[in-house]
Amino acid sequence: MLWTSIVAGLQSFLLGLSSFTLGQIVMIGIGCVLLYLGIKKQLEPLLLAPIGFGAVLANIPLTGVMEPGGFLRVLYDGGVLTELFPLLIFVGIGAMTDFEPLLENPRILMFGAAGQFGIFLTLLLAIALGFSKLDALAIGIIGACDGPTAIYVSSTYAPHLLGSVSVAAYSYMSLVPIIQPPIMRFLTTEAEKRVVMATVKKTVSKTTKILFPVVVTVFTALIAPIGAPLMGMLMFGNLMRESGIMDRLVKTSSNELANIVTLLLGLAIGATMQAQQFLKLQTLLIFALGFVAIALDTVMGVLFGKLMYAVSGGKINPLIGAAGISAFPMAARVVQIEGQRYNKKNHLLMHAMGANTGGQIGSVMAAAIMLSVVKGLGLV
Amino acid sequence: MSDSAIFGITLTVVGMSGTMFTLWLLSLLITLLKKAFPRMEN
Repeated sequence: MLWTSIVAGLQSFLLGLSSFTLGQIVMIGIGCVLLYLGIKKQLEPLLLAPIGFGAVLANIPLTGVMEPGGFLRVLYDGGVLTELFPLLIFVGIGAMTDFEPLLENPRILMFGAAGQFGIFLTLLLAIALGFSKLDALAIGIIGACDGPTAIYVSSTYAPHLLGSVSVAAYSYMSLVPIIQPPIMRFLTTEAEKRVVMATVKKTVSKTTKILFPVVVTVFTALIAPIGAPLMGMLMFGNLMRESGIMDRLVKTSSNELANIVTLLLGLAIGATMQAQQFLKLQTLLIFALGFVAIALDTVMGVLFGKLMYAVSGGKINPLIGAAGISAFPMAARVVQIEGQRYNKKNHLLMHAMGANTGGQIGSVMAAAIMLSVVKGLGLV
Repeated sequence: MSDSAIFGITLTVVGMSGTMFTLWLLSLLITLLKKAFPRMEN
């Protein structure tokens, strides 16, 4: 009797091991690769490390972390499915972003629109490859080059793709300095790359900076109401920053709040990467399409830059078109570095920052319009 | 043409033109704001 009880007790130690599947072992390996990329290669470490660890935890059998009541399930249900985490991160992004370079030259906002075309072209490609309408929507949004927007859209319309879409979005965002330069070099001539743009002047009043987030929120919400939470939180963060009298809230939003939410969001997303959902051919296709989306954003941005170069009589350097995406400030830095490769005296950074912040607004606007059209078509 | 293709083309056309048009209007609004509240040099 005692011996049987001891054997049964000892067998319980082996339950986890005996329940292990090959898929779970592979997923734990993938989680470790994400940890390696985040920690060793420093690719978006604040997100890839929690996502990787979440994936490891969720794929250990019998832990129950993603069962109803499990702690990662609670984080996922309460923060991701409700869209709360991406929205809170947007408050922090708004509080960290200086829109002054954009306000100095509002026309540069158009680069932020051109830089989103990859979203829609990738959506078409995904549909051509046989993905369902809402899955294609979630895949296309990787082209927003904006993690919280990608999470917001995919958690609403294709939650089963959340893990792969999020990992693809954050991975490719961190690879912007590698993906963009060859495309920029290929699409522009020597003369175009050497264009020196006029110095940015300080012409924006404090009143304009304070009114800007309110005007953007009201205007964009009237056009695409369903995107109001995204744009509203981004702009509220910026309003706090520009008001100049909410330092404590600005510091909290851009540091503690953003850090805590990023940590919880990363773990929750990682937990969605369970073997039975992730180890599919479609995951590879999603990663390939994500790469295409960001490459197409760059192509369309630079081509739009070439158009502006021609229209302006050669006063606009088309390289800044590559900064019209939401990956801030990496894309602007890439433009500055590329510009200086061909003309050491060329300082494109402030113009590129304008296009880059325009890309942040553009990506949210593109997502909001997509969601409004989907609702208008009666798909949700 | 399949239902999915119609959806994709609709979203692409409306999405691209809508984003472009909205941001163009927004750039005009910002220009108006700057004119209404110019920076005062001290």
